[in-house]
Amino acid sequence: MSEISAEQVAHLANLARIALTDEEIDHLTAELGQIMQAVEKVSEVATPDVPPTSHPIPLHTPLRVDEVGDVLTVDEALEGAPEHDGSRFVVSAILGEEQ
Amino acid sequence: MARAALMDFDEALERFEPVIGLEVHVELNTKTKMFSSAPNPAHAEFHGAEPNTLVAPVDLGLPGSLPVVNGTAVRYSISLGLALGCSIAESSRFARKNYFYPDLAKNYQISQYDEPIAYEGSVEVELENGRVFQVAIERAHMEEDAGKLTHVGGATGRIQGAEYSLVDYNRAGVPLVEIVTKPIVGAGADAPALARAYVATIRDIVLALGVSEARMERGNLRCDANVSLRPRGQEQFGTRTETKNVNSMRSIERAVRYEIQRQAAILADGGTITQETRHWHEDTGTTSPGRPKSDADDYRYFPEPDLLPVVPDPALIEELRAALPEPPAARRRRLKGEWGFTDLDFQGVVNAGLLAEVAATVAAGATPAAARKWWTGELTRIANARGEDPAALAEPAQVAELAALVDEGVLTDRLARQVLEGVIAGEGSPREIVDARGLAVVSDDGALVAAIDQALAAQPDVLAKIRDGKVQAAGAVIGAVMKAMQGKADAARVRELVLERASGGEG
Repeated sequence: MSEISAEQVAHLANLARIALTDEEIDHLTAELGQIMQAVEKVSEVATPDVPPTSHPIPLHTPLRVDEVGDVLTVDEALEGAPEHDGSRFVVSAILGEEQ
Repeated sequence: MARAALMDFDEALERFEPVIGLEVHVELNTKTKMFSSAPNPAHAEFHGAEPNTLVAPVDLGLPGSLPVVNGTAVRYSISLGLALGCSIAESSRFARKNYFYPDLAKNYQISQYDEPIAYEGSVEVELENGRVFQVAIERAHMEEDAGKLTHVGGATGRIQGAEYSLVDYNRAGVPLVEIVTKPIVGAGADAPALARAYVATIRDIVLALGVSEARMERGNLRCDANVSLRPRGQEQFGTRTETKNVNSMRSIERAVRYEIQRQAAILADGGTITQETRHWHEDTGTTSPGRPKSDADDYRYFPEPDLLPVVPDPALIEELRAALPEPPAARRRRLKGEWGFTDLDFQGVVNAGLLAEVAATVAAGATPAAARKWWTGELTRIANARGEDPAALAEPAQVAELAALVDEGVLTDRLARQVLEGVIAGEGSPREIVDARGLAVVSDDGALVAAIDQALAAQPDVLAKIRDGKVQAAGAVIGAVMKAMQGKADAARVRELVLERASGGEG
């Protein structure tokens, strides 16, 4: 069950936009397989009456009052942009679409 | 783009059964964004802001910034969930949907995945032909909108040809509720109309709740339509496509109809449907393939570590439930009864999209018949001629005032139409226009009698005929009097006076 294939690693790398050589993929396939085996141990103790935990501390999210606060100036917003046109970020054309 | 083969709609329906699923995104009109206190461009106060002027560090995913949930957005989401007949989750949580695209600077969208705030609801949807459907709602979850990309430099202007893109993050972080239906089976040939009526119902609901501006042309309300076909008699659903970018009520109906015809042609030809996203093109009325539909697994959803679960106070939920407006379908039934309209008259108002206007005009004091007459008559005629929406031409209160002036006898229908022109031109309220243009009916009998006597004197043959009992001859005199009064007289009163003067003239 804990096997992971080289194809899956390549697919994950692609989703995460990480360029991997074939060598790296082989290396990571072995390592990720071991990690999955380690994680799988959890399923040995998890029974249907143990709910999955996403937040270990029983706190609820605080809610913000709907009042306008500070915003960045356009210059501040664009400060970290590799490229901009004075009001918008310039990004290279992407062969994809909005999600 | 090669035009796809289409099967005749009726034939497609004979051979296949359509199954549709609808995803509607609603931009909430809170003052601030979902996770930051930056102004929300979907709120009336902040429309049309310059690019990247409604942006806080959270909206750009800057290091060290942390999201904080907007309490009003949660309340609005709960209200909307309740109005959709959903259960509200005791505890729901946010999740990260991971993808790389520059419309969100963080490289993930904060959404809800396995624990949406609202689930398992039902909405009553009535079609124009009177058929009523209960559309089952799978879930309604909270998420944030993405920024807006403008593609520049491509030869065709389409994404593939663009040389670069400009990004405005004003919309990034706008609170969204995504409403997902369960697969809708059994609509048959009504499937396209049902898709449209469903989105119209959602619009009515969010408008009644006041949680969104709900303007499709502004993107406040967006619909993705899933369509699949299965051969008649088959249990298993066929492969579906998801058509995006459908931004008007009319387009929703057309897009679903188009996909039914396109898929039927492929299936009948022995082909298979590719599970994919398709784009709707308003100009050609066609869809074209987009990316292959990603597996949910590819988004690598995981619980958002920056946010704790949302656990609404049960008392708040009950408070919001008690404050819910009447559901649109029930409201329509009630209004129809109260107004005493025939099916045809009422459906005419509904189909014209003028129910809210007529209701508001009645609420402002007009009789239902008068309100209907002005909105579906003169206002619709003028709006059609101008290519505008009747609702954009006049306020319900102005129409009610106009109807009142007619009732009071201050205006004839003809004069009222002139006043309406003034209202549309922005000259003021109907009463102000009556005064300014001097349009009131001449109700001074003395002035009318003088005009009548003059007209009778000018047409002695008519006078003779009336005296001979040929009452219809009076028409010529009435016409002359109305002309002399520049139309500002009540024709019925003029007629009365003409007959009175003609018969009494002897004595």
